[in-house]
Amino acid sequence: MAGRISLITAALTFLTLFLLLPLISVFAEALSSGVGAYFTAIADPNVQSAIWMTLTIAAIAVPANLIFGVCASWCIARFDFVGRNLLITLIDLPFSISPVIAGLLEVLLFGLNGLLGGWLSAHNIQIIFALPGMVLATIFVTFPFVAREVIPLAQEQGNEEEEAAVTLGASGWQIFWRVSLPKLRWGLFYGVLLCNARAMGEFGAVSVVSGKVFGETDTLSLAVESLYGSYEIQAAFAVASLLAMLALVTLVLKALLEFLHRDELAAMKRKKAS
Amino acid sequence: MSTEIKISHVFRSFSSHAVLNDVSLTVREGELLALLGPSGSGKTTLLRLISGLDQPDAGSINIGEDDASARHAKDRGVGFVFQHYALFRHMTVFENIAFPLRIRKAGKAEINAKVEELLKLIQLETLAGRYPAQLSGGQRQRVALARALASQPRVLLLDEPFGALDAVVRRDLRRWLRQLHDEMHITTIFVTHDQEEAFDLADRVVIMKDGRICQEGTPIDIYRGPVNPFVHEFLGESNRLAAHISNGVVTAEAGFALGRAELPDGAAEVFIRPHHVVPYPSSSGAWIVARIAATGAQVRIGLARNGTLLESAMTADALLDSDLQAGGTAAVHFTGGTVFTSQGGEPVRLSPLPVGN
Repeated sequence: MAGRISLITAALTFLTLFLLLPLISVFAEALSSGVGAYFTAIADPNVQSAIWMTLTIAAIAVPANLIFGVCASWCIARFDFVGRNLLITLIDLPFSISPVIAGLLEVLLFGLNGLLGGWLSAHNIQIIFALPGMVLATIFVTFPFVAREVIPLAQEQGNEEEEAAVTLGASGWQIFWRVSLPKLRWGLFYGVLLCNARAMGEFGAVSVVSGKVFGETDTLSLAVESLYGSYEIQAAFAVASLLAMLALVTLVLKALLEFLHRDELAAMKRKKAS
Repeated sequence: MSTEIKISHVFRSFSSHAVLNDVSLTVREGELLALLGPSGSGKTTLLRLISGLDQPDAGSINIGEDDASARHAKDRGVGFVFQHYALFRHMTVFENIAFPLRIRKAGKAEINAKVEELLKLIQLETLAGRYPAQLSGGQRQRVALARALASQPRVLLLDEPFGALDAVVRRDLRRWLRQLHDEMHITTIFVTHDQEEAFDLADRVVIMKDGRICQEGTPIDIYRGPVNPFVHEFLGESNRLAAHISNGVVTAEAGFALGRAELPDGAAEVFIRPHHVVPYPSSSGAWIVARIAATGAQVRIGLARNGTLLESAMTADALLDSDLQAGGTAAVHFTGGTVFTSQGGEPVRLSPLPVGN
């Protein structure tokens, strides 16, 4: 009993110290000069542009990785092909490479002096120091999140439900929408949440390729850093509080969905246990 | 429209391993047929070929008048029930059964009526809102069957339908399935490795081994006349004895007479079922009663003679009448058996010698 209490205490202390206190201090600092100053900081056109930038990047990167994750899990779980293991390993690559290196690789590829730089500038296509580059960097960094969540699930679930659907008269398209996708939906959901969180919070890779033109190629994460760097502490925390709120909204959304589908989730857990 | 299934000269290999080797089989309309064989004999593969989930390397499969191989699995009108049910885990029982109806865009009223009817048939009306994970194995199996029936299949294929269930549920479900078949008369093939199940349930049994069909026939015919030692052994326990024949008398290599068989002199292999081994107490008998084990209505008796062991079975009542005692001596009379000569060819029934010989 004493052991249990001390363990719980330790866990709670740890959580308070490393999660709760920082979160509170973000909001405390953001509001330290009053609510007016808080909204002024957020209403700043440069910050507004950073918000749009962040949302735009996430809105492109997350669906891209969602589609990729579904395709990859479909291939890996259904077919045994040459290069299957290589594909599984490659998916993990972004986890093992520092995001900054990922950004640098992109500069080397698409930058003015890069491999494709000459061709791109000849055709007036700007990737580096512009939105496309930032989106690409974010896709690369968040690449594994959906796939990693969905592939094991797809492998565990196997192919039998799809085969059953075929014998019941379903076409390939019907099977995909009515069977394959729904049975993976919780994996997809968690994968998308993680992917989204990372896409909005990504700093390293995006920082390298953005060029940090304040008000143009700035995301929320980058804005926090540049504001903090120019001693606008309160404004930096105000922007940081926006990111924190995005995280909180995500959590609430997750809890809400889990609550609405609690029967189904309980049934799935029971099946796993049996 | 006929629903006879005609399989001719079908071959199927997986990475150079022949799983089906020249299989031909006709399943009559309205028949309940069992594919019986040990694991790896190709029976599930055959089922998958009929359903269209897999394609034969050579040969043809016809369902009724049409060439099934020309049709995609989804258009074959084949209901398939998987060993592990393959229910849609994200759908309720109701939605699982409604699936084939929704696929062909049936109206709401039709779906409700049809699903209700099937739920009634499988006696699970109260569980329509459950998810598969909330059902027992037997219930899942019934839902899988109802779902297959909802697609109004011409033929029904069941892959080890009772394989994952415990003994009592299995027996109940088996009876229920037989009853269902007698009402609906859908041409049905089911795969099993359980001899008792096949014989209990099927109109006709097909025995497979190593991708070939060994024997097909009614349960009674197969049980009485197994064509080779494999079938004989597969159909139930038997005593296997090396023997030789001279002047029509079959004698075990261990040196005791077994019976008579009209066969030329030479070596042979004799299979004798436990109930054809009849021991009786005899002070001059050469057998020792090593063991008497009551297993219910049947009693099993182990007999030993110079290292030869025989398994005998009789009813508990017969044992009481016989005065056999564990540890006592006994003589043995063989009332039947099957003789396979080393030249191959048709097996011959062993006819008993006069008692006391």
